[in-house]
Amino acid sequence: MITAFLLRAFDGKALVFMGVLAAFAIAIPAGNLLFPPDHALHVPVYVVSLLGKYMCYALLALSVDLVWGYCGILSLGHGAFFALGGYAMGMYLMRQIGTRGVYGNPDLPDFMVFLNWKELPWYWTGFDVFPFAALMVLVVPGLLAFVFGWFAFRSRVTGVYLSIITQAMTYALLLAFFRNDMGFGGNNGLTDFKDILGYSVQADGTRAALFFASVAAVAIGFVIARAVTRSKLGKVLIAVRDAESRTRFLGYRVEHYKLFVWVLSAMMAGVAGALYVPQVGIINPGEFAPANSIELVIWVAVGGRGTLVGAVLGAVLVNFAKTWFTGVFPEFWLFALGGLFVAVTLFLPRGIVGMIGQHWSALRQRRVSARAEAGSDEDPREGEIANAMNHQAAE
Amino acid sequence: MLQIRSFVFALLIAVSALAGLSAPVLAQNQSDLRSLINELAKGRYDDTERQIEAIAATGEEAAVPALQALGSNDLMARKSDGAVFIVKKKSGGYQLIDPLTGDVAGEAGRRDMERIKINNRLRRAIQSALGELTLMSKNPDRRRQAAEQVFKARDTEAIETIDAALDAETDPGIATLLREARAAAVLNSDASEADKIAAVGVIKARGDQEARAILAATADSSANSGQTALHDAATRAQSHVEQILAAWNAAQNVWYGLSLGSVLLLAAIGLAITFGVMGVINMAHGEMVMIGAYTTFMVQEVIRNSAPWLFDASLAIALPLAFLIAGAVGVALERFVIRFLYGRPLETLLATWGISLILQQAVRTIFGANNREVGTPSWMSGLTEVGGLTITYNRLAIIIFSLVVFGVLITVLKSTRFGLYTRAVTQNRRMASSMGIRTPWVDAMTFGLGSGIAGIAGVALSQIDNVSPNLGQSYIIDSFMVVVFGGVGNLWGTLVGAMTLGVVNKFLEPYAGAVLAKILLLVFIILFIQKRPRGLFALKGRAVEA
Repeated sequence: MITAFLLRAFDGKALVFMGVLAAFAIAIPAGNLLFPPDHALHVPVYVVSLLGKYMCYALLALSVDLVWGYCGILSLGHGAFFALGGYAMGMYLMRQIGTRGVYGNPDLPDFMVFLNWKELPWYWTGFDVFPFAALMVLVVPGLLAFVFGWFAFRSRVTGVYLSIITQAMTYALLLAFFRNDMGFGGNNGLTDFKDILGYSVQADGTRAALFFASVAAVAIGFVIARAVTRSKLGKVLIAVRDAESRTRFLGYRVEHYKLFVWVLSAMMAGVAGALYVPQVGIINPGEFAPANSIELVIWVAVGGRGTLVGAVLGAVLVNFAKTWFTGVFPEFWLFALGGLFVAVTLFLPRGIVGMIGQHWSALRQRRVSARAEAGSDEDPREGEIANAMNHQAAE
Repeated sequence: MLQIRSFVFALLIAVSALAGLSAPVLAQNQSDLRSLINELAKGRYDDTERQIEAIAATGEEAAVPALQALGSNDLMARKSDGAVFIVKKKSGGYQLIDPLTGDVAGEAGRRDMERIKINNRLRRAIQSALGELTLMSKNPDRRRQAAEQVFKARDTEAIETIDAALDAETDPGIATLLREARAAAVLNSDASEADKIAAVGVIKARGDQEARAILAATADSSANSGQTALHDAATRAQSHVEQILAAWNAAQNVWYGLSLGSVLLLAAIGLAITFGVMGVINMAHGEMVMIGAYTTFMVQEVIRNSAPWLFDASLAIALPLAFLIAGAVGVALERFVIRFLYGRPLETLLATWGISLILQQAVRTIFGANNREVGTPSWMSGLTEVGGLTITYNRLAIIIFSLVVFGVLITVLKSTRFGLYTRAVTQNRRMASSMGIRTPWVDAMTFGLGSGIAGIAGVALSQIDNVSPNLGQSYIIDSFMVVVFGGVGNLWGTLVGAMTLGVVNKFLEPYAGAVLAKILLLVFIILFIQKRPRGLFALKGRAVEA
């Protein structure tokens, strides 16, 4: 059944997208590892890390698109799930440092020695084992999302109210993680990582592998999200997005559907964070900043909400623009980002992919009507029907 | 000899009384005092003592530094002319300071100066002379200050001087202070237990932090020396004082809470209009506050450069300007962006967030990323103490100001034509439009009003916060919390919400620390919204579902 569920994710478009991802996943590490540094096709290691970072953002954007695009929940706190996943991975990486820290303490990370702590806090237990840490990457964001969503959806907090309290949630976590007593390194966060699974995080091979893992994660996330949205459950989600009360009156337990997709999305965000941390080498409370969470919403909006490919595309495009701008015109990046927010909401409400899709169907419709005019043997109403269907799709 | 001394006394008192009559004589008086001080260096200990008493008898406060210097062996006479100076050690010699004016009067080598020697008897004479000059000074402020100092010093040797001062004291406030100072000294001395118990009573009546410290020390020392009655009295008095202190502390927390609440109210009240009344999520609201703060900065810059005498009025000038500028930005924002997004709240949120980024970066480009200094007019600086409360004038001004703004806003919405239009459009847009109200115009004006209020909030906040491009961002989440907590669409809810959150925050802070208090508050609000999704004072009726 699960196979059938997943198989439903694959159609022509999805296969094309997966093919592009696969090519990407193989070409970039190969370019880095196989060609010598002076070769024209050589991909420098910083590019590999950068693209790996984009892939993590893409997965994060997918997770936001899943709740916002398909269920109408605008989360302004998805950065919190991302950061929690990142912290879970960061804790594992901290434990791998062992005696190579500045203070050389075999049990305690440097910042705890610095704070004069004598033993590891209880919630750090187990994080030296990778499978446990990997499980926590899913469990911690998932649990927070479950508790938060359980309360929020049950009491029917919707729309902007939900957006505002998700923002309050990530803000509260930001403040909490800034505290040294929390045991997560306070302001500086977790950094100076050495090894992951026994391989140095600095090594080219590890970076290539992390990049490959990130692309794979995007692919898996895409398949899951697509399978969910194309299933019956996905149809109910869309119904919730478009007419929540009506769906409830039809007998669906709206909050259960919302809770499911919300927790799933949080877990995806957590995985994105966990892959992000070893590639950038640091996790600090800044990731919880509400501004980050809002910024990632715009990635989805640019690419096209409600189109999974659009989320990935938007994340990569916006972040590429950010890298370019902050390198060339650092002053203007916020102008550009701000302008992007306004322009996308005003002129491009369906995003790039949505707009292309719209033009595509408009083009096809014109062809159909032209054929209808040319040949009298076809049903003249066909054009109208196509027209009506397109309208429906547009709405 | 005694007769001679009393004759000199009488003469000096007569002279100083005469001198006190008119200002021109003051210079004469000064030179007298100087010659008296110069006399200090002459003769033997007995002569010096006589001189000290003579100086005390003048009642001139100007002599206090000289006497203090004498007591600490810092008063020296120049060998060449016998002039007396207060000296400060320097490499290779002394820096000379005029004993009366406190001005630097040159330098001298080690060999040129001779120290005026004192013994224990002279030290006592100096003490009592200082007491006379300060505790019995003609100036009541000086007496009060001196009494405070004596209270803090708890010097047992000062008791006699205090008694003498008490006899002469006419001001009841200062007399109480003196009695407290005496009691503090008595508790420090080896007086009888009964005396000390009486002193405990006096200190208990004072009832502040210092009284608590003295009583605690007394309770300790009496327990060690086995004076059980005194120990009991001191312990009881201590717990009594602690209760009083706790009550004042609570009152102070309420005050701080109201102060924080008024800041929240100022920041949120404009939002209460745009979000509460119009239902528009304006994430650029914080930037309107920032624009107001930068307007204040600009106004002060202009005033500093061209009309410094206007500085105390700078805030009054900045208020209408900030309202107009922020209001104009708000109207433009409504006309060019938000207008197209009515009915799409999530998109509005994103677009206004984009605007806020642009405004922030614009301000950063124009004014730089650093904090800008906004001065405080003289009438807003300073503080007053009411009982155990410390009230700073700028906080007081902001509390009053926020309430005034709130009152004006309520009045505008309740009893002007524009307010009527706004409420009509809020309640039923189509019907209002059918009745001939230009709803787009009302939308723009209402949005401008909310933004303008945020602008004047910025003027107030520039007085207590850093004026930087990030000013607005630090308030936006808090403002939304206030509005959502108080109940959307209800200005009174915003008032109650702001004050409640402010006070609760300040009461949590001592126990949990500032950051944890804020986190607890956020969690509380998140839970609260679950329980009452429409806030403290929810609008009832069909409007809710719209």
